[in-house]
Amino acid sequence: MYTLAFLIRRFGQAIIVMLVISFVGFSIQDNLGDPLRELVGQSVSEAEREALRDKLGLNDPFLVQYGRFLAGAVQGDFGTSYFFKRPALDVILDKFPATFELVICASLIIIGLSIPLGVYCAIRPRAWPARTIMAVSTIGISVPVFLTAIFGIWIFSVELGWLPSFGRGETVELPWGWDTGLLTRDGLAHMILPAISLSSILLPMFIRLVRGEMLEVLRSEYVRFAWAKGLSAQRVWFLHALKNTLMPVITLGGVQIGILIAYTILTETVFQWPGMGFLFLEAINRVDTPLIIAYIIVVGAIFVIVNTLVDVIYTFINPTVKIPGAAA
Amino acid sequence: MKRTILTLATALLALSVATGAGAKTLRMAYDADPVSLDPHEQLSGATLQLSHMVFDPLVRWTQDLDFEGRIAKSWERLDETTMRFHLREGVKFHSGNALTAEDVKWTFQRLKRSPDFKGIFQKFERMEIIDEHTIDIHTDGPFPLVLHNATYIFPMDKDFYTGTDSKGRDKSELKKHGDTFASQNASGTGPFIITSREQGVRIEFDRFDDYWDERSPGNVQKIVFTPIKEAPTRVAALLSGDVDFIAPVPPTDLERVRNNDDTKLVTMTGTRVITFQMNQNRVDAFKNRKVRQAIVHAVNNEGIVEKIMKGFGTPAAQFSPEGYLGHNPDLKPRYDLAKAKQLMKEAGYEDGFSISMMAPNNRYVNDFKIAEAVAAMLAKINIDVDLKTMPKAQYWPEFDERAADMMMIGWHSDTEDSANFYEFLAMTPNPDTGRGQYNSGNYSNEKVDELTEQSLVETDPEKRAEILQRIERIIYEDAGFVPLHWQDLAWASAKGVHIEDVVNVMNFPYLGDLVID
Repeated sequence: MYTLAFLIRRFGQAIIVMLVISFVGFSIQDNLGDPLRELVGQSVSEAEREALRDKLGLNDPFLVQYGRFLAGAVQGDFGTSYFFKRPALDVILDKFPATFELVICASLIIIGLSIPLGVYCAIRPRAWPARTIMAVSTIGISVPVFLTAIFGIWIFSVELGWLPSFGRGETVELPWGWDTGLLTRDGLAHMILPAISLSSILLPMFIRLVRGEMLEVLRSEYVRFAWAKGLSAQRVWFLHALKNTLMPVITLGGVQIGILIAYTILTETVFQWPGMGFLFLEAINRVDTPLIIAYIIVVGAIFVIVNTLVDVIYTFINPTVKIPGAAA
Repeated sequence: MKRTILTLATALLALSVATGAGAKTLRMAYDADPVSLDPHEQLSGATLQLSHMVFDPLVRWTQDLDFEGRIAKSWERLDETTMRFHLREGVKFHSGNALTAEDVKWTFQRLKRSPDFKGIFQKFERMEIIDEHTIDIHTDGPFPLVLHNATYIFPMDKDFYTGTDSKGRDKSELKKHGDTFASQNASGTGPFIITSREQGVRIEFDRFDDYWDERSPGNVQKIVFTPIKEAPTRVAALLSGDVDFIAPVPPTDLERVRNNDDTKLVTMTGTRVITFQMNQNRVDAFKNRKVRQAIVHAVNNEGIVEKIMKGFGTPAAQFSPEGYLGHNPDLKPRYDLAKAKQLMKEAGYEDGFSISMMAPNNRYVNDFKIAEAVAAMLAKINIDVDLKTMPKAQYWPEFDERAADMMMIGWHSDTEDSANFYEFLAMTPNPDTGRGQYNSGNYSNEKVDELTEQSLVETDPEKRAEILQRIERIIYEDAGFVPLHWQDLAWASAKGVHIEDVVNVMNFPYLGDLVID
């Protein structure tokens, strides 16, 4: 019941967030440049351009344009992309699977590596592998993603020829219209480099986070009790300590998924990955305003949804936590 | 049983012959893919590249900038205002329809409605059908560029584009950034048919079985086109063997591609000239010819080509590149710092002055670095430059407002003819006629205006060349603008892909004729 009230409240907040985002997105569009330049050739006369601008409604006052946008948006119409000539939302949702799969794969890599490595570094802080992991992660944290990506392409595609250098490879269409690259060998081979590059942004941070939390927990009273009680090391580490280590990791993870989505812009551009991030950067270059705004709104929605989910999951994992404001 | 095997073997043999023992697939990557399949929607390099794959023009340019008949097999000038074209017979569209004069006329009328293309065809008054395979083009007064502009007439399949489609739209509709039938479907006479297309991701082409040009040596049966926007990724895709042909090649990777054992590089002097304009309305000193000359003398454009462009450009002293009618071989780059200082002194500006400068940072090769270099060079003659660079999307509105004292612009003549440079960049700006639309310097010389107009009605090529070269000379002496260089073009491919035979300075490779070993 509380959860339901909470969800409704969240939904209301989400709408306000969307409104603010769309307003900001809309007000910066004038500074993005003139979409007409990308739409017409160089020798088209100014009068001709003016006529087109009029037709597109670009000459209307800001509030008129924004009002028109809102009126369309409530009906799910975010305008038509200048470049794709299709509804902006459709274009973005078409690219969503590619980005989603990339983010999921990167997250799996992050989770799959950071927890064991972080735990290991906490249990054996002085062993040389732990020291190496910590040293490498310091470097990893400071190398920008496009550099990792280009190095990856250079070593594994150009020099060794093991992995493809760009694109998504062969995809299979699932019954509900979702194009997946995860079911073919070729698609998986194409996934490896982009997913690793994208995960490299957060992996070092998560290793450190898991390690730090674990160290903290290992020093706590109840763990000492557990030792004193004579429980086996495995049980102390992996059952009692790890469980509490993961709490903050989940919270932070939820927030960080947003960051991953933001970084898909760079990763997808380097790998020519046909997802939303790449689309967004292209849209900015082409001043495809409807697409830019639709992207901002969709990503805003993803942020809100993910954060809501994290809050809900949190209450399941730790029943002592009350969702803020949900208490009657 | 034996018989069956024999038949089977024969059938297999026949099949392998039919698809051509050398039937090849070309995987190519450019930096962008075309906005639309409608050849009349946007006048851009990507559109023309696509047009040359899916359609065929009446005539096309050869590598040496001559004309070669395509859909038109021959032509003759009947009088000052009429040119007759004889169309090739037996040409089929992808839909199976046969090409006739009707299709050409229909296409021409559609071009006249296209916001992007109608400027080119302004002087083309009408097209007259003489018989099924003969047309006359009537121009409004004598017009020397009939053939130049005929390279833009890619006949479209009239019957295919007539009627309404399943969504009830008129198939012939031509709309910018609109969801039209023609922007999603195509039927041309060209060597390739589009079999699938996901915009921004990939386009696949198959060779058109009934292609009219049976003498074409091309053996590419299938093309997979992928746009790869990031230059390093594009180069990596070629080097790793994921694609066979890429363009453009960034200057930083030229050596790497050239030295690689499996790849090759093809470069050519391009026809896009990079320039700076000096705004005489904003800066009084720019009205003084000596100051303008001083600036031209102070800019070491040969040095820019060598150091910044890494040799990937040709220093310019005029608009017209070599091969153009107006190219004046006597005009040479004139970097001479001592003379520049002397000229500033003579003009009374020994102590210099301050100006603002703007340039794009993602439009031309190394654009912002070039601007920085020019600013530094001007400092040596005491001109203090406040430089601002920005992405092209923001730059062009600034350019339209003439927002800085010196502004960069690169120009490629749509007609591959010199007069186009003067019309847009050197003639006195006039909003009514549209002349001088991109002359942000407001450079004005009556003689240039007069001669340019004259060149646009002179049909004798020799006399025209004389007029055009005179114009270059006048602008050179006036120092009407700061010429920098012509941007070179570069393509790269795997060895065994003979791109050198099909690329050209217009940068629309004739892929129908491409041979792969």
